[in-house]
Amino acid sequence: MTTVEERPHTGFGRTLRKEDVRLVRGKGNYVDDVRLPGMLHGALLRSPYAHAKINSIDTSAAEAHPKVLAVITGETLKGLGLAWMPTLSYDVQAVLATDKVRYQGQEVAFVIAEDHYSARDAVELIEVDYEPLPVVADAKKAMDADAPVIRDDKEGQTNNHIFDWESGDQAETDAVFANAEVVVAEDILYPRVHPAPLETCGSVADMDPVTGKLTLYTTSQAPHAHRTVYALVAGLPEHKIRVIAPDIGGGFGNKVGIYPGYVMSIVGSIVTGKPVKWVEDRAEHLMSTAFARDYHMRGEIAATKDGKILGLRVKVLADHGAFNATAQPTKFPAGFFHVFTGSYDLQAAHCTVTGVYTNKAPGGVAYACSFRITEAVYLVERMVDVLAYELKADPAELRMKNLIQPEQFPYTTKTGWEYDSGDYPKALQLAMDMAGYDELRKEQAEKRERGELMGIGVAFFTEAVGAGPRKHMDILGLGMADGAELRIHPTGKAVLRISVKTQGQGHETTFAQIVGNELGLPTADIDVVHGDTDQTPFGLGTYGSRSTPVSGAATALVARKIRDKARIVASAMLEVSPDDLEWEGNRWQVKGDPEQGKTIQEIAMAAHSSLELPEGVEGHLDATTVYNPPNLTYPFGAYICVVDVDKGTGGVKVRRFIAVDDCGVRINPMIVEGQVHGGLADGVGMALMQVIAFDEEGNHLGASFMDYLLPTSLECPSWELGETVTPSPHHPIGAKGVGESATVGSPCAVVNAVLDAIKPYGVRHADMPLTPAAVWGAMNGRPIRTDLAIP
Amino acid sequence: MQVPAPFAYERATSVEHAIALLGELGPEARVVAGGHSLIPMMKLRLARPDALVDINGLGAELAQIRVDGDELVIGSLARHADLLGSAVAGEHFPIFHDAEKVIADPVVRNFGTVGGSLCQADPAEDLAAVFAALDGVATVRGPAGVRQVRVRELHVGPYETVLAPDELMLELRVAIRPGGGSAYEKVERRVGDYPVAAAGAVIWLDGDTVRDVGIGLTAVGAAHFAAPEAEAALRGQPATEESFRAAAQLAAEHCNPSADQRGPVDYKRHLAAELTTRALRRAAARARGQEA
Repeated sequence: MTTVEERPHTGFGRTLRKEDVRLVRGKGNYVDDVRLPGMLHGALLRSPYAHAKINSIDTSAAEAHPKVLAVITGETLKGLGLAWMPTLSYDVQAVLATDKVRYQGQEVAFVIAEDHYSARDAVELIEVDYEPLPVVADAKKAMDADAPVIRDDKEGQTNNHIFDWESGDQAETDAVFANAEVVVAEDILYPRVHPAPLETCGSVADMDPVTGKLTLYTTSQAPHAHRTVYALVAGLPEHKIRVIAPDIGGGFGNKVGIYPGYVMSIVGSIVTGKPVKWVEDRAEHLMSTAFARDYHMRGEIAATKDGKILGLRVKVLADHGAFNATAQPTKFPAGFFHVFTGSYDLQAAHCTVTGVYTNKAPGGVAYACSFRITEAVYLVERMVDVLAYELKADPAELRMKNLIQPEQFPYTTKTGWEYDSGDYPKALQLAMDMAGYDELRKEQAEKRERGELMGIGVAFFTEAVGAGPRKHMDILGLGMADGAELRIHPTGKAVLRISVKTQGQGHETTFAQIVGNELGLPTADIDVVHGDTDQTPFGLGTYGSRSTPVSGAATALVARKIRDKARIVASAMLEVSPDDLEWEGNRWQVKGDPEQGKTIQEIAMAAHSSLELPEGVEGHLDATTVYNPPNLTYPFGAYICVVDVDKGTGGVKVRRFIAVDDCGVRINPMIVEGQVHGGLADGVGMALMQVIAFDEEGNHLGASFMDYLLPTSLECPSWELGETVTPSPHHPIGAKGVGESATVGSPCAVVNAVLDAIKPYGVRHADMPLTPAAVWGAMNGRPIRTDLAIP
Repeated sequence: MQVPAPFAYERATSVEHAIALLGELGPEARVVAGGHSLIPMMKLRLARPDALVDINGLGAELAQIRVDGDELVIGSLARHADLLGSAVAGEHFPIFHDAEKVIADPVVRNFGTVGGSLCQADPAEDLAAVFAALDGVATVRGPAGVRQVRVRELHVGPYETVLAPDELMLELRVAIRPGGGSAYEKVERRVGDYPVAAAGAVIWLDGDTVRDVGIGLTAVGAAHFAAPEAEAALRGQPATEESFRAAAQLAAEHCNPSADQRGPVDYKRHLAAELTTRALRRAAARARGQEA
């Protein structure tokens, strides 16, 4: 149970979220709440076709609408050199289509009107003459010789190939496989899903025609990166761009990239000289913004007969949609998929990933995936269960036998990643103890006797978060370090300015707690400013669970700078040498004389006073820093899911879910648990109900919440959480990050549980989402392709 | 935000007024009650009525749930939540409570209406199957007066009923007969989703013999949401698992499901049989007083 302390809260521990004071009272301020004087409203016309040539666009009727101020098409933008924009993966994406449309829902024209209703009405008055073209809806057919070339805008592009990438040692892996006693292969799809934050994307652009300054209120997880990209794309001077990300109603990686709608609100404001708001609706959001996954994987696992795992070999076909717009560090076209080696001590591992274009919306890296680690963990955890199936081994025992041992840390994987710290067997044992694993297996055996279907799913994951070391990691050339600025006011109250941006994670609370922990200040006395590029230092934003590992480290270090400075001021106040002072939680005191000491509040006032300071000390109590992480951090966890399957209908009921997470030191356990709860619900959703499927014409089959299903509390059991704490050895406060752990680790636990339940039917694997139809199909030997329309 | 195309809006102050408004506004006007199907369709611009006639003010006339002689009467403006909370409906026909528990979610149930559900004529509508199983009769009023329409004759096709544009559904009547039991079974992908398939059954027993039976099916393309062949086969048979399965098989054979993201045809047909069996089993148990 969460308990809340009554005395002023300082440092780590459970405390109410500061941001909730406004959010639970309906006093949040989201982009759609922004109303500026004279503001106009924009709406996008989108393509009904997945692939079609645009012969002509007639905007005359829309322009004649009495409340319409302007209608902008791709041709208009072409004249301004703005018809295409760069993506985060060094591709280009159409802002408004000129030559042809390449996915259903692609942006074709932008209407600016006096009100939102009129903008929507006028969109319907635009007439476009489309000439439909053959469609690539199935990634597996994208490289067929007769597949239409989607990106004929790119010079020299003669097929739908984007990239080939590999990791690990192929020859070494082949040798291990050639000599292995057991080799098992399985085709595993991680279907296209969507992060589906409840707040859709939007922006309000306000270009001041007098000062030439653009203020953009926008749904951005990375306001500084967005500002730089706008400067590079639109040629606007960077100091004349202010990006404000106000409260954000969920991001999950969906709000990292830049969407045509944002750009069009800016163009609209430039054209009309007035603020222009654009906020997409649910269908637009689900159809056109960054999806996640769409990885078609073939996994092979090599082992000895008695269950020692030797190697993994993986081939992936990655569907990137019509434009390569995945958001990940430059050198990592498949994200951090290297981590497919999982939590196991292997002799060899190798994977290849081929990225292809299809007639679908762009994206790929989103939905709390930690840059493709969701896919990697799903793959390896499914393969371990596939091996257990073949060896008739217990999946928990098989994992226990192969986990990396505590004394092996720091552990370098076969793909070259250095896991910083961990005690994996301890976490798995704790999860098994919490679950009552042996009892559950007994119950399952009894139920099987009676013909009832009960399943127990085990998954173990290692995350890799906190991107990242700038020598390896950048996005569009911007290194992934983050700044922090801390200012202590004369009365001892503080303001922290950070580069990352909360979308619900509780930064205003946890970052205040980090400062409070370092300086002994009450959490309530520290204000956290973020999400405004004019008020905060540069940094790459919040995604990939990087806020605590990177910006949290910057915050601890900037507070330590203040502490060091305070020591000098205190030494002047107490007329002793700084070396004679020691830090006692909230004050510097004279060694051996606890009566003589000064708190940070007292020191702050003195630092701003007429007190004579030692030479070289400037006065005031401010500091800045930039943190460049030496390595990623590696949170991990052991999950166990228990399900009951109705054999007459294929319906799945998740009965229990045990989640043991180790994210290093926990700043606010309540917030950690909240994030874990959300991620576990994500996992239930992906495992059992979520998919963005397409028919063969490329029609999107999940463009509403009636078609794209989010789990409710009724599909979720009462989560049973546990923890172990293995601090990160290289992070200033030993924290590792947790935002995506549960989303990464939970889908596989649920799927493993369902497949364990239907094992008596001889089913080794079936793809997500395991809807009642999919489960029944698998039980009856008729698996369905879940990413395409059901025939 | 999705916004509807322009439309006119009128608020009815009485049943007569509503019918007069529908006449004046013409065939492109629609009645709005709960609005939980119509308004989303308007926002998606799949429905574009010229005008809406709001009957939410007619609750005193149209929202009653009561027993009248040997009939249960449910006003068309009764909310799903009213039906779910109605002790008298649940006492005579547990199928109502079974179904209402799995219709949409509490927010929709608080506002969506029984009459609206039937008149929307969604092919996956739960209450259409329930009333088909119960062989309920709708009272419909137009400018020429009142007429009775069997629910089994109400629907012409997806989103189409026999109601004229200026007719209003007033209430639904179901005959109360002794010795009966009823039940509803549904499979959905998630709470609040439309059914993958669902079946309702009402059964009257003479000892261990099926005196009469009604079977309703939804989301599986059963004509008029009913399974008359299965009903005919089951009447007079022993109320056993074997005859329930045989009847359910007939129900499955006579329905016509279509494949969509909820499942392929063979699965839906399988569910039609499975859920009909389960509904019959539970209805019979209730008829025997074996289950609440």
